[in-house]
Amino acid sequence: MKSIEIVCDNLSKIYSGKVIFKNLSLKLSSGNSVSILGKNGSGKSTLIKILSGIISANKGSITVSENNIPVPGNLCYTKIGLISPYLNLYDELTAYENLKFFCGLKNNSDIGIDEKINFYLNRVKLFDKRNETVKNFSSGMKQKLKLIFAVINEPGILYMDEPGTNLDSEGIDIVYETAEEHKKNGILVVATNDKEDIKLCERSINIEDYK
Amino acid sequence: MLLKNSYLVFKKDLSSELRTRYVINSLLMFVLVTISIIRFAIGDEKADNEILTGLLWIAVFFTSVSGLSRTFVKEEEKETSVALKLSTGSDSVIIGKLLFNSALTFSLNALILFLFVIITDYQIKNLSGFLLVLIFGNLGLVSASTIIAAIISKANSKGTLYPVLSFPVLLPLLITVINATKLASLGAETDKLFGEIQILVSYFIVVTVASLMLFKYVWED
Amino acid sequence: MNKIFTWLVFLIITGVIISGIAMPIPDIPALGDKARVLYFHVPMSWISVLAFFMSMWYSIRYLKTKDLDYDIRSYSCAQLGFLFCILATATGSLWAKFSWGSFWNWDPRQTSIFILLLIYGAYFALRSAIDSEDQRAKLSSVYAIIAAVTVPFFVFIMPRIVESLHPDPIINTQGKINMDSSMLIVFISALTGFTMLYLWMLNLKVRIEKVNYKKLSLND
Repeated sequence: MKSIEIVCDNLSKIYSGKVIFKNLSLKLSSGNSVSILGKNGSGKSTLIKILSGIISANKGSITVSENNIPVPGNLCYTKIGLISPYLNLYDELTAYENLKFFCGLKNNSDIGIDEKINFYLNRVKLFDKRNETVKNFSSGMKQKLKLIFAVINEPGILYMDEPGTNLDSEGIDIVYETAEEHKKNGILVVATNDKEDIKLCERSINIEDYK
Repeated sequence: MLLKNSYLVFKKDLSSELRTRYVINSLLMFVLVTISIIRFAIGDEKADNEILTGLLWIAVFFTSVSGLSRTFVKEEEKETSVALKLSTGSDSVIIGKLLFNSALTFSLNALILFLFVIITDYQIKNLSGFLLVLIFGNLGLVSASTIIAAIISKANSKGTLYPVLSFPVLLPLLITVINATKLASLGAETDKLFGEIQILVSYFIVVTVASLMLFKYVWED
Repeated sequence: MNKIFTWLVFLIITGVIISGIAMPIPDIPALGDKARVLYFHVPMSWISVLAFFMSMWYSIRYLKTKDLDYDIRSYSCAQLGFLFCILATATGSLWAKFSWGSFWNWDPRQTSIFILLLIYGAYFALRSAIDSEDQRAKLSSVYAIIAAVTVPFFVFIMPRIVESLHPDPIINTQGKINMDSSMLIVFISALTGFTMLYLWMLNLKVRIEKVNYKKLSLND
């Protein structure tokens, strides 16, 4: 089993002259989970974006290593899964086409991809809708599809930004189930204010402490 | 892996475009409107090739600056760029988008040229030379407009900014290509156009290489 | 050191202005006294090109280091370059009016400076359309570099399109500078003086921009 580790060293982010957070250090390895807390607008999403490599920090460094070998910065995305409100899938493509496209980008061969897509679609009970365009999905269904997008390539690190958004209780159960499963071997980071979500993680950090 | 992913990005853009027809429909209308304006402006008079070539390139330039930014702007507006960023490297994104924009530009320009020749009675004496210049001109046009589309997709007031930013960068290409197509339409031999084609090819190479090197800075937020 | 530099700039520029306007110059066919604009027009044009490539250089440095300091420098170079570009256009236009009979006639040199003006304009339009300073720095750097790699094409393109009336063929016949020694001294001191003035202004501009940036950072 691959072991994964992420080390953040003294991260700081300044936006329009405003300090979002500073000197944030964090070290997580396989099996660790952490929740990020903070008021609305405190910068939880910014931190998740920086950790997942979508935006860069003003200061500090992030190192992802697999089996103790550092992953080059431009390949970090291959180890990361993300579910968040600012990540959308393609509206005009069907659920199946979306997943097929993103799996195709991350895998060298097509072998077994269809089985995997069908397995996950069944799991979130979207299999019947697989050939409908995402445009016609309800927001809860979209959220479930995004959950599949985040975990289908078995990333080492899973970031969840407000994972419960728009989901019914059944959907939330699926999220928790997925998160618990991921925690066994991977790293889980949840940005949330939901009390139930916090219980998923072994510890929590409050972003207000780094202002 | 790079080529496969570029092809996948291209295929994704193509199939989503064919499904929504968002760009194609409005661009087809745009081409029709532009060509009709040219028709009504000229009237029944016989315009000579110097003026007609200029009009042709005005149509081509404005069609491309109204359509080629869409592929990047859509990723930002619909917030799908994050999903793409987490799935593939920046190189395959820019190559995929270049392929898509080339397909779009080549098919649109074929249409523009076809309609233009029918409507204005534009005589091309050296057709093979003309097409050769057109092909190399389009390649440069696509690579410059694509990187600028990537830049403006992150800015406000995208629509007005696009022609403003494209024009100075495209000007060396436009001057050369207008001159060369004019010469070809007047019947200059293809080997007389060699100097112009050299400029077009080197423009294409220089801008494409710069785009490939710089795109990663544009793509990361 | 800074003070000495300031005084030196002041002295050279004063000398150039006085001798440029008042000192008699040898008779140059077809130009005559109008050749005096050379002392001002050539340095302006030179600085607008120099500032353009300095701006590109700092853009590359910014993309490599992500240090906003370089972006401030790049932006300051572009602002001063734009100013000198306008001055070069104005002095050139005046010269054109009195030598060729019209302010503007799309001479290759005039077209080139027009394109430079367009690029500067586009660069500022882009900067004002982006809110976050990191994004603004990054995207305008990329644009500056893309624009700069296309500029050298004009060197090859322009001679193919039109013949130039621009007077280096008159002043520089056979690649030699055909100025007498007194003119040459004024000309060279004008070039050095205005380049030093540009560097002095750049230093000032960078400091102002930095203060503005710090003020913004403290305002939260």
